[in-house]
Amino acid sequence: MKFAKTLASVATLVLAASAVHAEDANPAVIFDLGGKFDRSFNQASFEGAERFTAETGIAFREFELQSDAQREQALRKFAQDGFNPVVVAGFSNESAMTTVAAEFPDTDFAIIDGFVDLPNVRSVVFNEHEGSYLVGVLAAMASQTGKVGFVGGMDIPLIRKFACGYVQGVMATNPDAEVFENMTGSTGAAWNDPVRGGELAKSQIERGADVIYHAAGGTGIGVLQAAADAGALGIGVDSNQNYIHPGQVLTSMLKRVDNAVYDAMMDVQTGNWSSGLEVMGVAEDGVGYALDENNADLITDEMMAAVEDAKAGIISGDIVVHDYTSDDSCPAS
Amino acid sequence: MSSQLPRWVDLGLIPVINLVLAFLVAGLVVVFIGEDPIQAVRILISGSLGSSYGIGFTLYYATTFVFTGLSVAIAFHAGLFNIGGEGQAALGGIGATLVCLAFNWPHWLIALPFAILGACLFGGAWAFIPGYLQAKRGSHVVITTIMFNFIGSALVVYLLVNVLKVPGSMAPETRNFAEGTFLPFVHEMLAVVGITVSKTPMNFASILALAAAFLTWMLIWRTRLGYEMRAFGFSEPAAVYGGIDPVRITIIAMLLSGAMAGMMALNVVMGFQHRLVLDYVGGAGFVGIAVSLMGRSHPVGVLLASVLFGILYQGGAELAFEMPNISREMIVVIQALVILFTGALENLVRAPMARLFARRRVEAA
Repeated sequence: MKFAKTLASVATLVLAASAVHAEDANPAVIFDLGGKFDRSFNQASFEGAERFTAETGIAFREFELQSDAQREQALRKFAQDGFNPVVVAGFSNESAMTTVAAEFPDTDFAIIDGFVDLPNVRSVVFNEHEGSYLVGVLAAMASQTGKVGFVGGMDIPLIRKFACGYVQGVMATNPDAEVFENMTGSTGAAWNDPVRGGELAKSQIERGADVIYHAAGGTGIGVLQAAADAGALGIGVDSNQNYIHPGQVLTSMLKRVDNAVYDAMMDVQTGNWSSGLEVMGVAEDGVGYALDENNADLITDEMMAAVEDAKAGIISGDIVVHDYTSDDSCPAS
Repeated sequence: MSSQLPRWVDLGLIPVINLVLAFLVAGLVVVFIGEDPIQAVRILISGSLGSSYGIGFTLYYATTFVFTGLSVAIAFHAGLFNIGGEGQAALGGIGATLVCLAFNWPHWLIALPFAILGACLFGGAWAFIPGYLQAKRGSHVVITTIMFNFIGSALVVYLLVNVLKVPGSMAPETRNFAEGTFLPFVHEMLAVVGITVSKTPMNFASILALAAAFLTWMLIWRTRLGYEMRAFGFSEPAAVYGGIDPVRITIIAMLLSGAMAGMMALNVVMGFQHRLVLDYVGGAGFVGIAVSLMGRSHPVGVLLASVLFGILYQGGAELAFEMPNISREMIVVIQALVILFTGALENLVRAPMARLFARRRVEAA
């Protein structure tokens, strides 16, 4: 009896799903190994999907990857079941998506932070170095000691890209400044180790740093906490983290992964889907710095003018921020 | 106490009862989050064993766990608790990768022996240092091997980010291997004899895993070295009194254990990914501990326990697909319950069983 009931409900679900598919988007999101609630990248994609659901009333399906072998499996499963678009965040999915997207040419795929050259794939990449440059400018101006810090998660090219942009911003503003750089660890745990993040921040503060920028996911919560405890300033990353310690977080480097996910779903819904590479830089509002009531008192008019100058310079091309990943090296240090 | 129990109870019935208990408790958890536990078990089983696709993935995961499980089992027979499988497997991955990238191999059969050698050498070397420290300096392997996991992952990250990475790419991974190093997939091998099965990552390494299990059995129970290892594991003073060199046995056992963990690379790196990616081990080294505990460090037990964990991995993924309420963490809870009941709470069932059988024996007599 119960089984028959379950079957019936599954059948109606399937019917409903295929009926929806006729006109509406039927989105699915895959979260990378960090997990859905990493307070960073994956969570931003989750928030983007939630926003889509809140506005359209269309639910989305999700899957959290547990191992590398599941990448292809998850993509194929969602495509087979008729989900459209299938959105996945993380460069590690490039090769899996290359395989699966070719098998399902009628399904729209979106990959964030990676590039797949297929007609049905939208690849969204962010110019993290530009956003980091902007917060670097602010950090250099806010610092009294002329020493600022950076705490990264894992020592991978993506995080070096953050660090390199930040250092360039600091040095362009105050050539005599000193930047301390630390990475948290070498395993996936480095993205979720607030205690160690706090220790690194403390040691940087002891060496004289009074503004510390983190690009370390969940670890960064500890960095911001340590900075607030010591009366120094923290800088958040990915989403607006100014609210975590109002008045103690100078700003946040915004990387709008949520917008990218939301746009991918909404574009299918409204029939405006486009494939190809989308570069989200300062000019496209894909990256930037956060300004709200929590940090309004920290950003002086002078700082505001300088960072807006830098922003305009990047957009016009007068300021070229070097991208670490373009040649695996950083001119500033 | 175990001597009071018939062998079939000790090796067959008790693990099964433990497993049933684990699933009952896991079922309660599923009920608490508002899903139907019977349906959950159905999805778990049919997702992992219900199709050639599910079976392929299940056995692919199982193959990985056979290598890491045997690794723990070998060291365990010599009384050493090697919990560094994670790091040794990571280093084994480097070894196999260097071999695969070194030449443009004409055929996988030629590349395979060298890749095995590379994986074993690197994995073994990573276990040699803790083994040496234990034998010569008395630094306990439990401490040193787990510390070596971190050193190993730091080394792998350094190599992948600075040395082996494809220039200009964001991803910390090596370039793809040449086609001549790809181990054949099982679906390809079966296609040759006319059997069509779904495309899965299961590959030739599964056969290597069976061979490795057999060789481990030979080593432990049919060779002089294996006898010395077991004697040393039972009682070090007695073994030393019997003329067995403790330094030699400790180091050899750790070397073999590390080499076996490194062999995991053949399945994942050479058989499926065809390149080395960051953290390719993905916790399999630690699962190997559970597999070995559950399998009583016997190769056959390790094989069975590996398949069980393969089912939990693959079926768990299907469960997460079909029941969105059951998250990735829930699957880990279910796996943890299995480990808890089969490993830690073993005596929960054993003691009553021993009493039961003792009474029966008294009645029979």
